[in-house]
Parts: sequence; structure tokens; C-alpha cells
Amino acid sequence: MKVPLSWLREYVDLPAVTAQEVADKLTSAGLKLEAITSHGHEIKNVVVGQVVVIEELAGFKKPIRHCLVEVGEAAPREIVCGATNFTEGAIVPVALPGAVLPGGFEIGSRKTYGRQSDGMICSEAELGIAESSPGILLLPEDTPIGADVVELLGLRDDVLELEITPDCGYALSIRGVAREAATAFGVAFHDPAAIELPAASGPSHPASIADPTACDRFVLRSVSGFDPAAESPLWMRVRLIRAGVRPVSLAVDVTNYVMLELGQPLHAFDRSRLSGEIVVRRAGAGETLETLDHVTRKLHEEDILITDASGPISIAGTMGGLHTEISDSSTDIVIEAAHFSATGIARASRRHGLVSEASKRFERGVDRELPLAASWRAVRLLVELGSGTADPGVTHAQVDVAPVRVVIPSDYPGRVAGLPYTRETVIRRLEQVGCAVVEGVAADETAVSGGGGVAATGVVSGAGSAGDLREKLAVRGDDPLTVTPPSWRPDLTDPNDLAEEVIRLEGYEHLPSVLPAAPAGAGLTEEQRLRRRVGRALAYSGYVEVLCYPFIGVRDLDNLQLSKDDPRRRATRLLNPLSEDEPLMRTTLLPGLLKTLVRNVGRGFGDVALFETGLVYRPEPDAPAAAPVLTVERRPTDGELAEIESALPRQPQRVAAVLAGEFDRSGWWGQGRQATWADAIEAARTVAREAGVELEVRADRHEPWHPGRCAALYAGDVLIGHAGELHPRVVEACGLPPRTAAMELELSLLTPPGPVQAPAVSAYPVATQDVALVVRSEVTVAEVEAALREGAGELLESVRLFDVYTGEQVEEGHASLAYTLRFRAPDRTLTVEETTAARDAAVALAHERTGARLRGV
Amino acid sequence: MSNTYDPVEVTPLHADEVARAQADALAAIAAARDLDELKQVRLAHVGDRSPIALANREIGALPPQARSEAGKRIGGARKAIGQALAARQAELEAERDARVLVEETVDVTLPWDRRPRGARHPLTTLQERVADAFVAMGYEVAEGPELEGEWFNFDALNIATDHPARSEHDTFFVESAASGKVLRTQTSPVQIRALLSRDLPVYVVSPGKVFRTDELDATHTPVFHQVEGLAVDKGLTMAHLKGTLDRFAEVMFGEGISTRFRPNYFPFTEPSAEMDLRCFVCRGASASPGNPPCRTCKSEGWIEWGGCGMVNPRVLIACGVDPSVYSGFAFGMGIERTLMFRNNVEDMRDMVEGDIRFTLPFGMEV
Repeated sequence: MKVPLSWLREYVDLPAVTAQEVADKLTSAGLKLEAITSHGHEIKNVVVGQVVVIEELAGFKKPIRHCLVEVGEAAPREIVCGATNFTEGAIVPVALPGAVLPGGFEIGSRKTYGRQSDGMICSEAELGIAESSPGILLLPEDTPIGADVVELLGLRDDVLELEITPDCGYALSIRGVAREAATAFGVAFHDPAAIELPAASGPSHPASIADPTACDRFVLRSVSGFDPAAESPLWMRVRLIRAGVRPVSLAVDVTNYVMLELGQPLHAFDRSRLSGEIVVRRAGAGETLETLDHVTRKLHEEDILITDASGPISIAGTMGGLHTEISDSSTDIVIEAAHFSATGIARASRRHGLVSEASKRFERGVDRELPLAASWRAVRLLVELGSGTADPGVTHAQVDVAPVRVVIPSDYPGRVAGLPYTRETVIRRLEQVGCAVVEGVAADETAVSGGGGVAATGVVSGAGSAGDLREKLAVRGDDPLTVTPPSWRPDLTDPNDLAEEVIRLEGYEHLPSVLPAAPAGAGLTEEQRLRRRVGRALAYSGYVEVLCYPFIGVRDLDNLQLSKDDPRRRATRLLNPLSEDEPLMRTTLLPGLLKTLVRNVGRGFGDVALFETGLVYRPEPDAPAAAPVLTVERRPTDGELAEIESALPRQPQRVAAVLAGEFDRSGWWGQGRQATWADAIEAARTVAREAGVELEVRADRHEPWHPGRCAALYAGDVLIGHAGELHPRVVEACGLPPRTAAMELELSLLTPPGPVQAPAVSAYPVATQDVALVVRSEVTVAEVEAALREGAGELLESVRLFDVYTGEQVEEGHASLAYTLRFRAPDRTLTVEETTAARDAAVALAHERTGARLRGV
Repeated sequence: MSNTYDPVEVTPLHADEVARAQADALAAIAAARDLDELKQVRLAHVGDRSPIALANREIGALPPQARSEAGKRIGGARKAIGQALAARQAELEAERDARVLVEETVDVTLPWDRRPRGARHPLTTLQERVADAFVAMGYEVAEGPELEGEWFNFDALNIATDHPARSEHDTFFVESAASGKVLRTQTSPVQIRALLSRDLPVYVVSPGKVFRTDELDATHTPVFHQVEGLAVDKGLTMAHLKGTLDRFAEVMFGEGISTRFRPNYFPFTEPSAEMDLRCFVCRGASASPGNPPCRTCKSEGWIEWGGCGMVNPRVLIACGVDPSVYSGFAFGMGIERTLMFRNNVEDMRDMVEGDIRFTLPFGMEV
């Protein structure tokens, strides 16, 4: 909302303060300042002049005039001017030599087009009134020559741009902001809506409300003999422009001006285009309306319409119809001022994609008591400025609406604030807001103890009218006050709404600061601690964490070479994705990581290791399509809540890493080491170790990994994820460096097994035995090692593979695996016989399980 | 007197002989250029076959009345030689050590970044830091799904279907507008989940990822992070909310840094407030005329930080909590925004793109 300070001052007796001071007070009251724009402060030495002689200069590419302009000095000034929209005798603004125009533009005396020019005749644009203007600004004939133009036209002004929250419809008007300013400064407020209305004398145009849930007040007034050629006065255009509204024509400008001033949206119809009675109703099946923007719109059955005998003539509070629009020949005008259902307007505005100044206000709540005054104010302006005649009478259709009453104990605002307020303070503040406050609970008010009580029209706060919700919202306590909020504050429905009014007007800055004693918490959960450890462990291992967007496209899944029936292709689709290329929610972390890797490589970082921890979204094939929207008037049952949960995809926490280039760097110390499948598996092991889980590695074939370099990773029998080198086709499709490796684990499946059990540490000496075993190449090291461990028995302390050899010394298709076995007993020094026996048992079991033979035997 | 004394053999015991042997030894010691030469000198001058050793052995052959004097003479010489040897030994060892250690000198400025350390993302570590501040106050960290039921994200939070507040959320809808599922637009649905699943009183903080349909630019991103706090207990007031946020501000930004409330509107809190943080760089000084400008708070003295308020009783009712017994407060702030002013991040895109140059300097903490 843009508020010219001069307009505001008309209705508040503001002291002599700066715009910034006004803005600060309003911000403290909840109307937050976005920006202050100053106008006209830099303009000086621009006066009213009268063109006395015009001489057209010939021989130039465009028309040039040499004028003599009387500016109230001893002699007229000579001024050269390029505009032609004025005649001799015209009254115009003149910037004299030494004048400064907006933007610091200085005017001097100069020679131009072969003549002396002692200043400039100004247009609206040059005076900072309009963005652009076709010619010179022509002033009324009776304007005093020599007067200061800035003073005369009120060009010097500051505009406060305020951010209005969606509950504050009333603040989308000068009237609402002025009321807040008056309260904030403790000065008088002059309500612009408090105008004297003519005595009622029958309807002006037949009208009725057919659907009382759509509209609870509908007012029409009319003007005849309006001069369609009449122009809006400069002061009105200046205000509209500064408030952010483009001037159009007098009739339109008047409706906008009154809306900005009072907050009541108005609509003007050309009476000659109306036929028969006007009826407010919902749309019928198949009805259409061509709106002002020349679009023929299909109407929805819930749309609130203004109709006449011909059918729809306006979508209420949203946009008028083209046929009944006032045009540059309209002389008889019908002004509509109404109070429509906020939800009804909100829905229509969304359905038709039409957001107007009117719909914005209706959605946020308009004062139900404004239509009579606002329509009269508009009529008077049309009469005064457009030389029309106000037709006698007013049409006033309305539906009775029970007023909202909220009962609160007088100490309630203080109980919410944690700062006691006297009951006098509470009553005074509520009355400043405009509430009527009655002490005690009226006999008929027992049922209206806070909350709800709102008619279908008016309030958008979702106030259920159910009695038990009101009962639940009711506040108990002594010294009850029955509060009736003012008609312009439909947002005040609950005890807490009233508490906020008192607390904010008393000032949030006076709230004490008291740290509550929270009960002792249990700290982070095991899962939360694990996630932190995993992040740190990977970072210490050389991986850099990234946070990718979780949006992917089918192409990403294709690039991973996923088969048609791969479950990762079953992804949740967004209705309104930012990019049509990425409408899906990720089912794997890899696409984002791989793209980020490519980006880093592209920026010159070929050696890169990245990881991400985050959710993936895995819709279940048999999940219900929709999650129900449950009641808010009570706690939903567990069964109802379970219905929502079952419609949501499973969202497990995953961790994934990708790496390419050198993992151990080359340097002056020698050659580095390229990242390999083994690093990816080690990254997975690093993660699992943080969970206290030793992963079991099994060879697997699983996209997007290289079929010969892919490990499935298990915790016991549970598959946790995969790691290895990526498939060369994936590398190519994603534009990755060769041999890029990756791992992805489902962190949610890694459950810490509980406290670590401390080992017994033996002080007896170690006995070491080395064995070299020859095995067939297809036998895995994991199998051999498992057999050795099991065969060696309890005395075995550790097994370490220290060499793998294939070549001339072993037969083809075989490998030699060299192990160091370390033995130790908890209670004695082992004899050679004991360790040899244990080693032999280990080798024997390895032979039995895997066919391994001692090398050279 | 014994006749068995051999007058011929006592020549080495002559005073001038001893003095000569001592002088020879001292000269040789002084002349030894390294430890090896000194070892030879030791053998030659104090070894078994050295003149001094011979003389020493001859003392026993002297008549008793001569032994004392000869003993003193020889002893003196041996001591002098021994001391000279030890001194020279120490000297030469020091020289050797100095030389060898110099020879072993390396260039300690050589790099050794064979496996550079990685780093955690500052948005992650900042969320952890925020969570830790509240955990220290007794809060627990609550979490919820990112793809959320509409009821949790809006309705239960008193954001009715047709309220303008709902359309301000720029929501990503899932599958269809009628699916009842959205990408959560705020971490507030976690409040609902906490109230539905936990025993009262509830003190939780919930950091997490949220989504709005904004295009990525220097100050917007469609995927960002918030941290939300909720306390529901008997007798909680706005003063408690203020106290909690003041404490939080101090923990995050240092002693004496407090918060300021301005009225605002959020459907799920009533009363609601905008929360400003006292500028932790200029501590508000830059807002007064004459002081140097502050780029952190743009010389306003305060930094907009988040929103907060008393939990709207309607929210409590939707979660089955009796508002006549319990009250609560809630607050939330943007993690990206906090990182931007706290750590001078100028462009939101840096946090999103995953360029390792941005993340590496943050290391393990922020």
C-alpha cells in the first residue's frame, strides 16, 4: 500500500514529524515500511506563467516555438519550447533560470535555435508527476501568475510504501492507515467515511441479493448527465499516480480514488447498457462473460456474479464485464458498492487468475458498513468534477448479519503478554481499535464467548461456526469484558486477536525478557548423532558436502541406465515444477551429485569427491492417490492421521558420494592415486563404521554401476546400498570423467547396535604366522578371509591380507593371497605348537570352503 | 729402602717427563680435528701403552717416601688430560651434531596435501549450531517429511484454503492440486507432528528443508532451509518467547546481542511478531548519525531475522491440546539468510551450486 503523506495528513492531526518518524511508528504498530519515496523536495524556482506571444520558428526538423511568458516579473521571459499543445493565453508551469527539476536537472539561460531561452515550460513528466506526458501541463485559467508551482500543486510529498499483512484488509486504505497513525501518535483521527448521507428516498436502480452467502450488502447510486469529456483534476491524478494507480478517465479515477481513500472497491456501470433488475447470484451452468480485458470467460458455478436481465454483467469484486463498462461517451453512471463473501472472491480470483485491487481488498476483508458512504462520496466527486447530477435515492439490499462478540477476562491480554495491563488500559486500547467494550457478559452472550460467530461473508480466517470450537477457544477468568470488534476489523474473532491488539498498541518493546525453564531434554537422538558423525567422517576422508535440489527428470534416470521396471523410476511428480525438464522428486541422490561433479570439473576441478545426505521420495505402488484434508476443530483420530501418512511417499534418509580424478594427489612426493571403485566402497564402509556396523560386501550387478565393479553392501541380511565404479555408459551419458566411482546407502537402515562392548586386552605376547594361499580367481577374498577367521578359532587376534599375486609363479586362473595371522591368548604365552595348529586349522577350512592351497605345497 | 727398586725404570716418573707427556697429550687433544682423531689421541695418550699409563704403573715401584709425590704428579697430569679430553669430546660432538642436523635440514614449507580434507556444507553445520543452542536449553530436535500432507502444512496451522496467506506461500503441489500433498513450504508442519506425537510439555526445534516456487537468483532459491522452534507448556507468555530468543541471539552472536519484536501476522501464531536481531557487528552504533556505516545491517542497527508469536489456540485445538490449560510460542528463521549476514555470503547461488571453492573454507564448523 502506497500512502502519500499529504493524503494521510488530511485525516490525522499528525505533529510536525518526518516521513521516517511516521513510518517508524506505523512499523511498530504492525504496518511495516517497505520504502519511502520523496517527491518534489528538490524542485525549486518553478512558477506559474501565462504564454502571451507564440512565434513559430521555421526551418527546423520539428516544430519549435519562441514564446513570451508572463511570470509576474517586470517583463515577460523569452522561452523556446518544442511542445505545441498550448495557445496564447495558456497558463503553464515555468522553470526559471536557476530552477531545479526532479533528478537534479538544472535549468539555465541559454541560446537555442538561434533565440534566447530564459527557462523552460514544463510537462507533467518534467515535474515528476507522471512517467511520461504528451505535452505541456496546462493549468486552470484562474491560477495566480507567479505563484510557486510546487506549493500550488502540492508536488512536495513523501510516499510511504507499507507492507500490509493478509489479515489487515482495513490497512489497504488511507482511512485504515490514518486510524493506526492517529493511535500511534495519540492524536485525533477524522474518519473520511463519516460523511453526511442524504435522506433515503427510495431505490435508485432495482436490485436484489439472490444468494445471501455470496453478498450481504449491495448498494447502488447513480449519476445522470455526467460529462464524459471532463478530466480528472491534477491533484487527483497526482495522488493516484503516487499511490501507484494509473489515471484513466474521471469516472474510473473517482472509483479508484474512493477505494484508495476508504478501502471500499467500487464498480461503475454505464446505465444505458443495463437492462432490468440487477441481481447478485452465483453463476449458472454454462454461463460466460466477456470481461474488461476482452477475454470471454467460462464462469464457474461458485462464481459470484452481478447480473441483469441480459445475464452476467460482472464477476463480483474481481472484474467487470465489457458490455456494461463505462466508455468515453457514458453520461449516466451507476456506482456499485457492495460487501461480498471473502472466500467467494478469493476463489473466483484464483480460478480466473485475476488479481485486482478490488479482489485483494475483498479477500482480506472490507468494512461491511462502508458501501453507503463510499458510494455517496463517489457520487459527489462525479457531480463536482464531472458536472453530473446525483439521482435521488439509493438501492440498498442487505442481509442481516449477527455481530461478532468476543468475551475475554480483563487480565487476558496481560496473561498472554507476561506483562500485566490494568483493565483501564485494556479497555482503552480496545476502544482505540474501534471495539465496543461492555463490562460483564450480557445475558444473550453466553454462547458467543470468543471465536466464530462470523457470518459466511466477511471473514476469511477459517472461523468455524461450530459451537464447540467457540467453546474450546473460550477463555475463562474473572472480570469478563464483552467486546464487539468494529465493522472494519473482521479479522478480530478470537480472544487472542484482542490480546494482540492490546499488546501491540501498548508496544512490543515493553515486553519483558524471561527465559522459561524448559524441562531437561534428552539431547539428540541416535539417528541425529549418526548423521552428524557420518558427515564429519566423510568430510575428514576428503569429501565435500553439497546440497542438491531434489528435482530430477526422466532423462536423469535414463542416464543412469535404469531398466524400464526399475523401482527408482516410480517417482513422485510435481504439478507445477519450476522446470518441465525436472518434474520428478528424486528417488536416488546420484543425479544431483553427478551434475554437481560435472559442474566442478567444468570449473577446473578435475579431482573432486562430493557427498550428500538427504531424503529420497519413494512412492509406494499401492498408496492412496490423495491425502485427506482433515478437520481442524479437534484432534484428528489416529486412523485419520494414518490415512495421510499412507498417501505420502516413503522418505528415507540416504547418503551418497561420488568421486573422480585423483583421490590421493600427485605431488613432489611422487605419483598420486586415481579414485577407484575401492574408494567408493571404503566411503560406504566409513559411513557404516560410524553406525558401528561392519558392512558385508558382495559382488553385484546393479545400475548405474559397472557390472564387474559393483558391490552390494549388507548389514547382516539387510541390503543397505551399493558402491563401485560407474558403468561406462553412465559415465558417457552424464559427461563424467572416466572411471567415476559412486556409492549410495540408505542411512535410515543403519541402526547403531547399541553401546560398544569393550574387548579384553591381553598383555601376553603375540604369535605371528604368515600363509600364502593359492585360490582360483573367481574365489573372493571375503570368502577366503571368512574361512580363515572361522578356522583359526578363538586364539586368532587379526587377519591381514598383505599381498595379492597373479603371474608366472602361480598357475593360470589362480591368485596367491598372502596373509598375516596374529594369535594371542588372554591368559598365557602361546606355544609354537598351538599357533601352528590354529594356522593349520584355518588353512584347512579355507581349503574346504574355497579350494585354497598353501602356496608351494 | 729396598734394593729391588729399579732406578732405570723410573725415568717416566721424572717431573719433566710427566710434564712433557701431559703437554704432548694436551697438544694432541687440541689438535684432534674430529671424534675419530680424538679417539686415536685418547688411545695414544691415556691408553694402556701411553707414557702416562706407564708412569702410573711405575708408581708402585717407587720407594714409599717417593710414591706420594709421584702419585700427585701423575694424578694431576691424568686429571688434566682427562678434563681436556672430555672438553674436546663435548666440543667435537657438538660440532658433529650441528653439522649432521644441518645436513638433514629439509624445506618445511613443502606442501603435504596428499589427501586434502573435505568439508561439510555451511547450511548443514549452521543448522546444527542452531539446534545445539536450543538443545542446551532443554529442547529436542524434531523432524518430519519434506513431502507433506496439505493438512499438516496448512490447515492444521490455521491457514485456511481460501485465506490470502495460503496463496502467498507459492506452493509446489504434488501430482494434482487435489492430492492433499505438497512440498512443505515451511518447517511449521513439524510443530503439528510434535504436538500430535509427543507428551506435553513440548519443547522442540526443527531445522529442515522447505520449498517455494521461486526461481533461483542472488536472493531467492526454490529449496531452502528454516529452523523452527515450538514450546507448549502451562503458563508460557510472550515474555518467555522474548527471553528465549534473546538467549538464542546471545548464544549465536555473543554477549549483549538481543532481539526486537514488531507486530506482524502469521496464521499459526496470535499475537505474532517479526523478530529483528541487534546488529552483532556495529551493535546498533551505525544507526546513529556520525558513526561509520555498517554493511551487515545496512546501518539500520537491526537485522531482520525471523518471525515468531504465541501459538494460535486454533492450532492447539487441531492438535488436541486444550488452550485453556496450555499455551505456547513458536518462532522460525531462515538458515540461508542467517548464513548470508553472519558469514557474508553475497549470493544465494553459491550455497546451491556445490562449487567446492565455496564449501571448503567452512571445514567442519561454521
